[in-house]
Parts: sequence; C-alpha cells; structure tokens
Amino acid sequence: MTKSLIHARGLTKTYGDFVAVDGIDFDVAKGESFGFLGPNGAGKSTTMRIIGATSVRTSGTLTILGKDPEVNGPQIRAHLGVVPQQDNLDVELTVSENIFIYGRYFGLSSSFINKKIPELLEFAQLEEKKDTKVQALSGGMKRRLTIARSLVSEPDILMLDEPTTGLDPQARHILWDRLFRLKEQGVTLLITTHYMDEAEQLCDRLIVMDKGKIMAENSPAQLIKDYSTKEVLEVRFGSDKNHEMVEILRPLAERIEVLPDRILLYAEDGEHLLEQIAAKGIHPNTSLVRRSSLEDVFLRLTGRSLVE
Amino acid sequence: MSSTAVELSERRLGQFGDKYFAGRPQQVLLRNWISFKSSAWIAVVSGFLEPVLYLLSFGYGVGALVGNISTTTGQVSYAAFIAPGLLASSAMNGALLDSTWNVFFKLNESRLYNAMLATSLGPLDVALGEIAWALMRGGAYATAFTIIMSALGLITTWWGILAIPAAIIVAFGFASFGMAITSYMKSHHQMNFFYIFLLPMFLFSGAFYPLTVFPGWGQAIIKALPLRQGIELVTRAMAGEFSVHLLVNVTYFLVMICVGLFFTTKRLNALFMK
Repeated sequence: MTKSLIHARGLTKTYGDFVAVDGIDFDVAKGESFGFLGPNGAGKSTTMRIIGATSVRTSGTLTILGKDPEVNGPQIRAHLGVVPQQDNLDVELTVSENIFIYGRYFGLSSSFINKKIPELLEFAQLEEKKDTKVQALSGGMKRRLTIARSLVSEPDILMLDEPTTGLDPQARHILWDRLFRLKEQGVTLLITTHYMDEAEQLCDRLIVMDKGKIMAENSPAQLIKDYSTKEVLEVRFGSDKNHEMVEILRPLAERIEVLPDRILLYAEDGEHLLEQIAAKGIHPNTSLVRRSSLEDVFLRLTGRSLVE
Repeated sequence: MSSTAVELSERRLGQFGDKYFAGRPQQVLLRNWISFKSSAWIAVVSGFLEPVLYLLSFGYGVGALVGNISTTTGQVSYAAFIAPGLLASSAMNGALLDSTWNVFFKLNESRLYNAMLATSLGPLDVALGEIAWALMRGGAYATAFTIIMSALGLITTWWGILAIPAAIIVAFGFASFGMAITSYMKSHHQMNFFYIFLLPMFLFSGAFYPLTVFPGWGQAIIKALPLRQGIELVTRAMAGEFSVHLLVNVTYFLVMICVGLFFTTKRLNALFMK
C-alpha cells in the first residue's frame, strides 16, 4: 500500500461539553477519492476543517503529507483546494477576477495565473461568463466556479464539503462529471455528503459517520454487501396498518425496518419475497423491489435515516 | 518556471509569526483595488464631500458672524481655525468607512475572509491589507482636502504640507481600531451603536470652537478621545509646532494602531481557526 497522504489517529474535537469528532482513525491514500457520509451534525464538516488547517483539533494525531496542521497550517493550506459548503466567492468581482485574485492569495505570479484561467474556465464551462459578476451566476455555476478557483494553485488534495447540496438534478450531474474528470487526472478528493447516491458515484472508499464516531469504513459496494442484503422490498399498508403487519412479515425477511410511511424487508431476492407474501394472502397497497443502497447501510448502523 | 503554492508557503517557514503572516498583505490590497475599479464612485465622492461642505458652510457662513479668532499663533479666520479639525475628521471618516461597514460585510455576509484564510494567507495578512486599504482611503481624502484648503488660501506656511502625513497617521489609527471593533460586532444593530458614538465625538471635539468653553473635567474627557488627539496632531503639524505635545499625540496614535492590529489578528484567528 502506498504511504498515506492523510493519516489520523484518535482525532478528537470538542466544543465545551459537546464532542463534535470523537476519536476517529482513518487513512487516505494518494489519488483516492475518499468520502465522509453521515447526517447533518455527524462531525464531517468539523473533520474537514481540521484537515484544512482552519480548525485546531482537541487531541489525537493528524498528518497531511507528513505535516502537522497545528505546526504547518499555511504550508498545508498551500497543498489544498477547498470548496466549502456555503459559497464564499468574491461577489464584488467577476468570474475571472475571482480566479485571478485567489491565485494571488497563494502568492502565485500573475503570468502563471493568467495562463491557467482559460483552462479553468473551460473546465468549469464558464468561458462565456468570464466577465460576469459572480452575483449574476446560478447556484450550479457558482459551485463550478468555486471548484475552478480552488484548482488555480494546483492542489494535491481537493476538499469538497457537501458539493451538490442545494443544486437541481441537472446541475448535480454536471458537477459529478467534472469531479469524475479530476479523479481520473489523479487528484485526491475528500468529499463529505449526506447523499448516498453521491457517495456511491464518487467515492472509492468512505467512512460512515454518526455523532462524531465512525460506524463503518469500506468501499460503497463492500459496505452494502457487509451491512445489507442484495435487494430490498418496500411495502406500504397505510400508516395505521403498518405496525400490525410487521409481526406477520418478520419471519419471512432476513431483516425488517419500519419507517413512518413504509416497511423495508431485506432479502436476496425481492420478487421472490413478494410472491411469498402474496401466497399468504397479504396484499400491500404498494410494493417496490430495489437494490440495497448506502441509505440501508446507514439505517442498519444507526437505526435512523440519513436524510431526515 | 513559476514557484508553486507549496514552495511559496515554505519560504516563510520558521520565521517569526509564520502561522499568522504569509508576507502578502498587498494581495488583499490588490483585491480591494480590483473591486474598487468597478465600484460606485458616488460613495467615494460623498465621503470626501462631507467635510468640504462643513468647511464651506461653517467656515464662510458662520465665519462671517464670528470674524477672526485669536489663537496661540495669532489671529486667524474662522475657516482657517476649523480646517485642521475637519481634515482630521475627513481622514477619520475615510478610514472608518472601509474598516467598519465594508469589513463587516466581508466578515459576516460575503464570507470573503473565510475564502482568504482557506489559502496560505494568514490573519495578519488580512488585517494589514484591509487596514492599509482603509488608511489609503483616509489618506486620499486628506490629501484632496489639503489641496482644497490650499486653494482657499487657508494654508499660509510650508508646514501646511505636513497636514498630509499627520492625517495619514490619524487614518491609520482609526482604520486599525475600527477594524478591531468591527471584528467583534455580531449584528448591524451593534454596528449602529458604534456610529452613535461618532457623531458626538465629531461635534464636541473642538473642531468648531476652542475647548476652553468646557469646564476642566469636560476638557479632560474630550482630550482622551481619539478625534481630539487627531485634531491636535494635525493642527500642531500644520503650525510647525514640534513639541512634547505633538509627540504625545503621535504616541497616542501609535498605541491605537498597535492595539487595533493585535486585536484584529487575534479575533480573526479565533473566528476562522476555531
């Protein structure tokens, strides 16, 4: 295994009595696309800020490219491209001015940055908007510009905190495509998300976080294999009848989860399970067979849904 | 071949304050210049016009009623009497405009400092850059005001040229202190409190009349206020009066600059490196 780019042991962050990150261990290898999956408040963003050397850990060890962010904050930040959850583009400047000045903050020469700008604008599909003030851009464009801006310093690690939250489906797919290209170019990606589809699309490996702790760590496919069945049968009987049906259905499925509006039955073959249920003379109002997802993994690990 | 961001960041490694200062406050200035080039010039002009309007209306309006004023250096016209005080106020206004409302916006609304501090810049770069920009605006207002004073014949000696460096010291003090206070403000509401304090300071600092109209304890309070110190600094510099008193005025502003820079850096660090 290659030497890890990011190495964390017992990483902890507390704010007074509140434990935001509770002694987590992880390693990220070069070129890897590494995800932090969990609901809001799981400690993902705090972990990202500590890695980004804009937050000081309470205890534990952390090295990024062999450097300690507490000692070498500015040197570590020079290696990173940061795409924060809330856009912080310079609203008073145009699209290309935003990229230009961001490069200058790193101390890069104007000639170097000016050579890079057309390439970054093309990557972000913003060539036609280069002289537009940022305020006039759509949400998806702003996010793409934030990514382009973060690439001006040619970072070794790109950190994306909830990159597609608040974007419409089309804008999300464009963004995923761009991130996939970066991954192909060998950029190490660090992504936090509470969208399971995003984690499945983009991450080679991920940790599932809840309440500051790591619940599981693996590739998306392996996590699904380890913590869920191949398929899920979702059935609805109407909210008042769901509960009484649970006991009847429980012996038939490998595992069962009751959500407010539906029952999830875990099985290797969902269609077959549905036939068994029908054979018992039980007919749900609606039924759906689907493949297991990270949502099911999360439900299994924490007993709660990812998006509440 | 240009240096990479990592090479650049490693150059300052091991030097004093390397965690807080990357040695690049000029990039923050450059950012403000780019933004300023396409900004509303009307805001700039109105900030400069205020003291000029005071000079014209009070100097020549009220001045016609008051006549000449006797000072330690002899008889002067009322306009010449109030001009140094208005110059100090002009430097103050220019500096505070940028270091208060504009800083508040960048801190709390556009989250610009978040972006800057995610790069290899440090909080001292941001503080120095922003304060330098505010002081440049204060200095520009003061220079323009000095030119107007000169055109109106209110400057009679060559010492008058010292009005500009004196006003720049005043602007630096207010910029530094203003940014420090703003960095602790959490809402627009609190910002307004800050401005409530400024108007009485302007009216009672003796720009329009000698301080001797107040009782001793009143004078002592006013003399402790920064605008009074600024007015004395500008008046003395323009009169070529190099005394211990001038040194006290300059020291007052040096302390204000250092205290402001210290607390701004400390606060930015606490806000963004938590």
